Amino acid sequence: MERDFTARGHHDMGGLDGGEIDRAEHDYALWEKRVDALMMLCTNRLKLMTVDQLRKGIEALPPEAYDEMTYYERWISSVTNTLLERGVFTADELGAKMEEVRARYPDGVMPGGAAGGGC
Amino acid sequence: MSGNHHDRHHHGHDHDHLHPYDPEHHHPHRPDQDDTMTYYRLMEEAVRELMIEKGLVTPDDIRAEVEAMDARVPANGAKVVARAWTDPDFKKRLIETPKEAIAEAGHDIGPMKLVVLENTPEVHNVVVCTLCSCYPRWILGIPPDWYKSRSYRSRVVREPRAVLKEFGTEIAGDREVRVHDSTADMRYFVLPMRPAGTDGMSEEDLAALVHRDAMIGVTEVSGAR
Repeated sequence: MERDFTARGHHDMGGLDGGEIDRAEHDYALWEKRVDALMMLCTNRLKLMTVDQLRKGIEALPPEAYDEMTYYERWISSVTNTLLERGVFTADELGAKMEEVRARYPDGVMPGGAAGGGC
Repeated sequence: MSGNHHDRHHHGHDHDHLHPYDPEHHHPHRPDQDDTMTYYRLMEEAVRELMIEKGLVTPDDIRAEVEAMDARVPANGAKVVARAWTDPDFKKRLIETPKEAIAEAGHDIGPMKLVVLENTPEVHNVVVCTLCSCYPRWILGIPPDWYKSRSYRSRVVREPRAVLKEFGTEIAGDREVRVHDSTADMRYFVLPMRPAGTDGMSEEDLAALVHRDAMIGVTEVSGAR
């Protein structure tokens, strides 16, 4: 099937319809700032990725995920995928570490996206 | 984080909405995420620890970056604006060589290109990033939630005057409104117009008039405190 390279991506919303702007703001949580910090270190100091790679990873999210995830959820998902692609750590290492971290939270872990509306 | 967020959220402008807390008319809040472990928080913790274990970063590196980001606040941009209002030579440098002028004011914006947009009686500028969230974060900090929202990104390029009106900003019909779409490599910063009746005010007092939203262009600076 021929691919339509002119098709508008889900992230590309300029000029579309949109509702009233919700001007409520939230204070950034420490974990969100840490994601931002990790991205800054990965781009500026470690040269492991670029801002465009971050965007590429975010733009590759399925539309439903893009809408459901919060801003920094999209970031950490994109950063993690890029670091996996770069071989900074393996999927096995990540999986084992996530299980280790999960075990620290006996009250359980909410599924992704449950902690806030998409932005 | 928790407990006082009703008091701490604000709308970026201060001439209305200063209503007492009323659950019937309050904006919905995102739940605080510091006290709820989610899948993506777990991912952040795991990735951070892997990076530390592999010797790529240290906990101090992360802490230093968080602190550096916390230090990037709209008041920094406001000082730049106030200096431009009071020092014509600085204003000229700010518009012609923004990166160097911003560096003079103590802010390193790295390899990023910065374009300063001067508001005039003829032209009002407003900034957006339709594709994501690109923003002059080195002098304003992290963008507000609405800047990253579908509604702002989609509409401001199509009906800017209607969007500005939602922010309480009416631009005269004969004044041009220009919308500037940021990119990952180039960010815009709006130099608002100095309000009337501020002659003789100190640079510090002028800076106190300049709020974040005026440097994005969704509001103007008012002389009234």
